[in-house]
Formats: sequence, C-alpha cells, structure tokens
Amino acid sequence: MVMLKWHLEPRLDTTTRQRWIHTIASVAAALLVGAILLAGAGVDPLEAYVHIIRTGLLSGYAVSDTIVKATPILLCALGASVAFRMKLWNIGGEGQLLLGAWAAAGVALHWLPPTTPSLFMLLTMMLAGALAGAVTCAIAGVLRAWLHVNEIITTLMLNYVASLWVSYFVFGPWSDRGFPLTPSFPKGATLPRLTDIAASWPALGGMTAHAGAILALVASGVVSHALARTRWGFEIRVLGQNPTVGRLSGMNHARLTLTTMAVSGALCGLAGMTEVSGVVHRLQDRFSPGFGFMGIIVAWLGKLEPWRMVVVAFLFGVLLVGGKEIQPGGVPQMLQGLILFVIVGSQFWLRFKIRVARTEPTS
Amino acid sequence: MTSRLGLDFFINLVAAGLARGTPILFATLGGIITERSGVMNLGIEGMMLVGAMTAFSTARSTNNALLGVCTGMLAGATLALAYAIVVVHLRADQVVSGLALVFFGSGLSSMLGASLVDQKEATARIPSLSLSVLEDLPILGPVLFKQNLMVWLGLALVACGSWILFKTRWGLVLRAVGEHPAQADSLGISVLTVRTVCVMIGGAMAGLAGASLSLAISPGWVDGMTAGQGWVAVGLVIFARWNPGRALIGAWLFGTLRRLPLDLQGVPSLPVFHNPNIGYFLSMLPYLFVIGAMIVGSRQALRRRLGAPASLGLPWFRGDRG
Repeated sequence: MVMLKWHLEPRLDTTTRQRWIHTIASVAAALLVGAILLAGAGVDPLEAYVHIIRTGLLSGYAVSDTIVKATPILLCALGASVAFRMKLWNIGGEGQLLLGAWAAAGVALHWLPPTTPSLFMLLTMMLAGALAGAVTCAIAGVLRAWLHVNEIITTLMLNYVASLWVSYFVFGPWSDRGFPLTPSFPKGATLPRLTDIAASWPALGGMTAHAGAILALVASGVVSHALARTRWGFEIRVLGQNPTVGRLSGMNHARLTLTTMAVSGALCGLAGMTEVSGVVHRLQDRFSPGFGFMGIIVAWLGKLEPWRMVVVAFLFGVLLVGGKEIQPGGVPQMLQGLILFVIVGSQFWLRFKIRVARTEPTS
Repeated sequence: MTSRLGLDFFINLVAAGLARGTPILFATLGGIITERSGVMNLGIEGMMLVGAMTAFSTARSTNNALLGVCTGMLAGATLALAYAIVVVHLRADQVVSGLALVFFGSGLSSMLGASLVDQKEATARIPSLSLSVLEDLPILGPVLFKQNLMVWLGLALVACGSWILFKTRWGLVLRAVGEHPAQADSLGISVLTVRTVCVMIGGAMAGLAGASLSLAISPGWVDGMTAGQGWVAVGLVIFARWNPGRALIGAWLFGTLRRLPLDLQGVPSLPVFHNPNIGYFLSMLPYLFVIGAMIVGSRQALRRRLGAPASLGLPWFRGDRG
C-alpha cells in the first residue's frame, strides 16, 4: 500500500511572480467568500462588484471622490506603519485623527482670527492637528516605554476618550445654534480643491479632491526617506526586528518608543486636519467612517512600504466610494476585513511549501 | 429613581453595574481561556457583534431566546474557528488577524442586521430571575435576586472557569500549552488542537456576550451596539492577570462606571450633573479606568513577576526552533 505523507518546508526565497500570483489569488478568494456573504444578505454580488468599480473608478468624478477618501486613509496608514516598523501597535489612529481634527477646528474657529492669511492659517492648523495627534499617541508611548503598559489597549481606549471629547465640543461650547456641529470654517481655513480652479480649467468643475492629497503624497515621500535614509529610520527598524541587537548597540529604546509613537500620532492627526479643512469644512460628530482603522489595514496590506500604501489606500478609496450606495450598509467594511484576513492568513503559502512524499511500507 | 445620594442610589448603581458588566464579563472570561492557551484574540469585538446580531435575529424569528443564545454562541465559535485556522494552523500574525476580524465582524453584522434595527418589540428575551421571597430582602434583594438570568450565568461561569483552569487536569493541559508548548507537546498533548479548542471557547463566550447584550441587558439590535466593549474585554484580561475571579471585579467596576453618568443625572440634589455636557466627561471614565487598571496591573506584574502566559502571541509548530 502506498502511503502519502506530507510535511512543510520553508521557502527560502520567493519570486516576484509567485508573490503576484499569491496576492491576486488571495484577493480573489476573499472576493469569492464576500460574494457568498453578499448573496446571503440578498445582494447580487456581481452587480455589487461592478457597481463598486464603476462608481469608484470609471470617471473623472469617481477618481476625484476616491482620492478624497484615500487621502485620510493614506495619512493614517503612514502613521500606523511608522509605529508598526518598531512593532509598536498604535491602534489609536482613529482617536488621533479625531483630536487632530479638533485642534485644527479650534485654530480655524477660535484661536486665530478669521481674517488670518490663508497660508499661515492652514500651516498653523496642520501644526496644531499634528501636535494633537502626537500628544495623544505619546501618552500611550510614555506608558509603554516607562511603565510597560500594553499600547494596543491604551491607544484603543483613547479612541473612545477622543470621540467623547469631540462630542463634548460639537454639542457644547463650539456648537452652531445647538446642532451637533460647529459653524463653517472661514474661507482661508479650507484647503483648495480642484473645483476652486474651475474658472481656468472648466473640466475640473465639481471635483472635490483637495490639496490634502498632495500633502499625503509628500508625507509618503518624507516617511519613505526617513525610514530608508535616516538614523532614526534605521534604529526603529533594528529595534522592531531584534530589540536585543538594538540594545546592545546602544540604542535608547524608551526614547525611540516615545518619538516613534509621537510621529505616528502626528501623521494621524494630520489626517484629521485634512479631512475637516478639505472636505467637511467644520467639525462635526462622527465625521470619520473609521479612516484611522482603515489606515491600519492599508499599512499592513502595503507591507509597511509607503509607496505600496499609496496604491492600496487608493483601492480602499474605490471600495469606500463604490460601496457607499450599496444597501444594506457595512459592505465595504466587511470586504476590507475579509481581504486583510485572507491575505494575512495565506502568507503561510509564501513562507512554506507543502511537500507530499510517497512512502511504501517495507512489509 | 432615587431622589438623593443615599443607600438606595448605591444599591441601584451596584445592581445596574453588575448587569452592565455581565456581557464584558463573558467576553473577558473567554479571552482568559484563549490567552491562557497562548493565543491572543483581538477580534472579540467583531465576534460579539456577530453574536449579538445572530442571537437577536434568531430570537426574533423563532421567538425562542434560548435558541438565540445558542446560535449567537455558535456564530462566535464559527468566527473563532476561522481565526484559529489562520493564526494557530497557518501561523499568521495575531494582532493583524484579530483586527481584520473586528472589521469583518462589524461589517458583516451591520450588513446582515440592517433589517433588524429598531425591531425591539415582540421579541423573546432572556427573563429575569424571579424568587419572590428573596427579592424583598434589603440590599441583597435588588443587587442579586432581581437580576437577569445572564448575571447569574456570569457568576456561575466565573466559578466554573476558575475551577477548570486551576483544579482540573484539562486546565493544567491548557496552561501548559500556553506557557511552554514544546514541553506540552513532548508529553503527548496536541498543542494545535488545544489551542484551536480554546480559541473556539473564547469565540463562543464572545458570542454569549453579544447575545446577553441583545437579548437581556439592552435588548434589541443597533449597528455597532457593543460600543467597544469587546476591546475593553481585551484590556480587562490583562487587568485580571488571566484570572477569572479578578475578571469579575474588573467587569463589575467597568459596568458601574458606565452606568454612573446615567444615575448621577437622576439625583436632584446634585444639580451639577444635570448639565448634559458633564456627561461626556463622565462617560470617559470607564475607558480611563481601563487605562488606569492597566497601569496598576503592569506595575504589579513587574514587581511580583506575574506575567502573561509565556508564549502568548507566539505561534508554535513542532520542529520549529525554540
């Protein structure tokens, strides 16, 4: 009798082709499972997928809308990836984004006069947003570095604190005549949009993509450079991969934890600033559909590489814009989770190959 | 509703806190079992949401609350099985997989539960305990004997969990797998099977937590109704130092703090709390409590060298180094 025996063998190297096949197969598998679940919820899956591509990608307006959504996701992904490089799990991007938006709104409405020159106003808002995000995340960083408190939980809990903080201001002292939102920002506090230059480029009329997208791309370049070419980037990579090596070569683990968390939070805070200044033009309750959490998924799917994250963030924008009108709600979120889950799970086949060997018993 | 800050106020608060804390207690107990076996589960929030939605949906269509609880637990365990396959057998990163599960679970529950929103009436619920004699006892009556059956189930599961973990052979096996999988393996214990089972028990408990929310504590289905309680449970597992008895304290404190803003607003002699804006800050308390509890917990853990299960979060496979 022939027996089949299998064992695992680590793959030492993978080719680009193998990785592409792997990614495409994983996404296809996730979409297939998603299709079954969609059918179970009474939605025609094929129609839903076609709808997502069409309304999220196949026209100038669609691309503009997608860029609008991708902007905060990309900034949050950059923020998350910086911390993840050092194996610090900043899951609080959402809260940092909210407080960044809060600080930017404070500058625009209360702390600077509305007649402030636009450039100065916008720069101050960016600074305030980044600072608020950095401080929020640094709280978790301090607790992690000096008191060994698990940063996953603290950053998460701060999400809820941040959300209540914003609620307090939009329902209370900053409320516009009792509505759960602030008054609109002065003109100088809003990021320029494509539609604002429609006078000279009529084709751009009605397009809402704003300068935050450029900011996000610049941030990608800066993060990419900082990780690859600076001492700080080198140190956090070493500490992420092997803390012992880092310690023995004299790196200050606590200080780097703090600075990395602060940078991570600053990028997420910046995302909040671009969202209120470029899209909402005011602070309001629940203005973010979870950009901070999506950033975490995008960071991971982009393998923590800034330029890959740009691509993934854009695709997530397509999913958000295209999935917006699909009823019942929750479809984009379900698909995002599913794609990440399947891709993370299927990494196994990139790391190992299954060898099946025939063994013939001697007797 | 009481009129002043007296004994009644505190009795009400304690009783309501116990009820509010019960779903978190279930989820925390499940988390303890899972983490004791060496697997981290950040996906509790997603499992709770799917459990809550499934339980409510079943109870509504069959008018049978018990059946609802069972399907809720089954739904949690099914998600947990998928999670176990990915992190235990395929050795994927537990943090990222757990996060993905939360996304998937909240999206799925929101998608499948869309038709259930605002259908509160005419649904079977888990009843409250009714012991006519004991109900009238002072203090103990309202605190214990008017509670929902789920509260009692929670107390029973704390005792049961402690007993299993620390007094039975099965508990010993489970802890061995979490502390030192290689040694457990050399004793003939199947590490991967034990971990898979523990993850599924954790998932079923998260499903139970969801079901107790949607069928007993705040009946009905609202999108995202867990409001972060699954995450709180992840924190409380650490606060509880992987110990069911301490989980009860943590869950009850959290439940009480969640209830506090509501109760304080009903006290006429404390007009300061009538200002609704104060409520936002009071509502932060439970979350700040979790952070504070983690700080205290980790200081104690450092001083007494009481740590997490030694191989928490580390995938294991026979023949790997280490």
